[in-house]
Amino acid sequence: MNAIEIDSISKSYGQARALQDVSLTVNQGEIFGLIGPDGAGKTTLFRIMTTLMLADSGSGKVCGLDIVKDFARLRRIIGYMPGRFSLYQDLSVRENLDYFATLFGTTVRENYENIREIYSQIEPFADRRAGKLSGGMKQKLALCCALVHKPSVLFLDEPTTGVDAVSRKDFWTMLARIKASGVTVFVSTPYMDEAAMCDRLALIRDGVIIGTGTPEEIISGFPFRLLSVRGRRMYPLLKQLRKTDGVISCFSFGDSHHVTYSPEVTGKEQILAGLAQAGFGDCTAREISPGIEDCFMWLSHGNGNGRQDC
Amino acid sequence: MKEFTASVVKEFRHIFRDRRTILIAMVMPVVQIILFGFAVSTEVNDVRVAVCGDLADPAVRNLVDRIDNNRYLSVSGSLSSPSEITGVFRRNVADAAVCFGRNFGENLAPSGRAQVRIIGDGSDPNTAQMITGYLKGVIQSEQTEAEVAFAGEGERKASMAPVVQLMYNPAMKSSYNFVPGVMGLILMLICTMMTSVSIVREKETGTLELLLVSPVKPLWIILSKMIPYLVLSAVNFATILLLSHYVMEVPINGSLLLLCFAALVFVVTSLALGLLISVISPNQRTALLICGMGLTMPTMIFSGIIFPCESMPEVLQWFSDIIPAKWFIIIVKKIMIQGTGLVSAAKEMTILAVMAAFLLAVSIKSFRTRLQ
Repeated sequence: MNAIEIDSISKSYGQARALQDVSLTVNQGEIFGLIGPDGAGKTTLFRIMTTLMLADSGSGKVCGLDIVKDFARLRRIIGYMPGRFSLYQDLSVRENLDYFATLFGTTVRENYENIREIYSQIEPFADRRAGKLSGGMKQKLALCCALVHKPSVLFLDEPTTGVDAVSRKDFWTMLARIKASGVTVFVSTPYMDEAAMCDRLALIRDGVIIGTGTPEEIISGFPFRLLSVRGRRMYPLLKQLRKTDGVISCFSFGDSHHVTYSPEVTGKEQILAGLAQAGFGDCTAREISPGIEDCFMWLSHGNGNGRQDC
Repeated sequence: MKEFTASVVKEFRHIFRDRRTILIAMVMPVVQIILFGFAVSTEVNDVRVAVCGDLADPAVRNLVDRIDNNRYLSVSGSLSSPSEITGVFRRNVADAAVCFGRNFGENLAPSGRAQVRIIGDGSDPNTAQMITGYLKGVIQSEQTEAEVAFAGEGERKASMAPVVQLMYNPAMKSSYNFVPGVMGLILMLICTMMTSVSIVREKETGTLELLLVSPVKPLWIILSKMIPYLVLSAVNFATILLLSHYVMEVPINGSLLLLCFAALVFVVTSLALGLLISVISPNQRTALLICGMGLTMPTMIFSGIIFPCESMPEVLQWFSDIIPAKWFIIIVKKIMIQGTGLVSAAKEMTILAVMAAFLLAVSIKSFRTRLQ
């Protein structure tokens, strides 16, 4: 049985279309990542899957239970951590945890083993008000609260947004351990670099799934070659590269430009020569293998769904 | 059941950890009842009366003494001419003046007719009306006595001196009006405003999302929100009752049990109303605005605390009928001050109960198990 099966779900808020024909399958016991920029419809999809919202059309099952009809039973077996820190700021760490345990008809002691590893890190601050915790601590507490009733599927909506790099890394280590205990994890993130940590992923943009598969599958589906180009005058360079023959697309990636080119038409030397001719003689270029972000860029633009505004 | 208890405990923690909530819930009722009971009073005390006339005349002196002995009035000084009255009013050394006609005593003795003029300060019409009323009363009683004295001397004069008696509130204390009013206002404020704000706050912080994904039934969430405010309003009700009885000396003539029952029905109505507001409002500010503009103001204006409903245009009277506080205040007045039983307050009680049932049904029905 698949942990999550959703079939052509659509949802609109008035005129604005949030999700269109979204279908996904998540296997039992895997970490499934939903990757997409802000406003792609990730939170809406989470709310529909966690029975918080009704879809306009389409159907879905989580752990074999229908997300509309069986919502009451489903709410017992899923854990949900919303994108925004949503615990009681005026209650202490322990009070929050106790309260959520009670809501799910259990106690912290009963399921202590389940959360021990994460909770032990915040236990020294058990009497501190949740509102006075640091960002990373809040996130750990929220995770504990979502895990305290031993859910079968854990939904994490952008858990690493606004968290520092070290805490983010910690967090993914925790997710790996949660997965090892047999919980299916459905996680969304706007950070492409976190995609590689997932077993399988779905790329979403403007409410449409533009690709699914393991990170390797998605990367191997990238049909072009990629060049990382650096120069001194970066912005004019970007414009020049986009004009070059054989270049499919060019985006700025931190301190370099990622140039997607079709190997049948052009090559590294040819591009460099073209640049030198246009007055960009000081450029260096390096062949690189594509990352998830490159695939995302290609999928969202190449398939004609995205806007050409980058 | 455990979930429910935990939620109630959690709600109490929210209340006791927020200083503002405590201030609104526990301190405001006491302050309001004291303010309305003492400071905001429509009674007029210590009226300073300036007298103008021949103080050597025994009849005049007699009347002046009478004015001075009245517990609300005191003679502040005598003027030699009526033209000084304006100055006295302008310098604010007198609130009213009494001018006796020339040869007051001489005219009074043989014919029983003498002239006396009362001058009030019309810049504050309500107060002036009350003061002149007091003064008229004093002069009237003097006149009655004079008539009795004349009656023995032959020709009787027909005279009808009405004796006004205000039942239930002989001393015309305004606290008799304000205590029921403030009771209604505070119970509504605590129950409606606080419940709606506390539910909307969870919407705002996103915790409602977590409550909704939990297996707890929404009905329990709602009830667990209501219980603490029910307890708070019970405490407030007792405080107001004690304060008004022992400090303001407002009697409780009717059955205390019946009064408590009426308060319970009203509290349920207000809680349901609060819940309904929380369903409509997306954030705390809207909830507060709806409560303030849509409930507190109309309650003040239309429930008869300040303006009598009977003298409003008919359309506004209809509008005042849909305000639960109006009915509650009528019930409280009936039970507490008139001392009547359930039978005479049955109509109001029924209206309030129907409102409570209707609002509760609508609000529980409209509380969503999902987000929008």
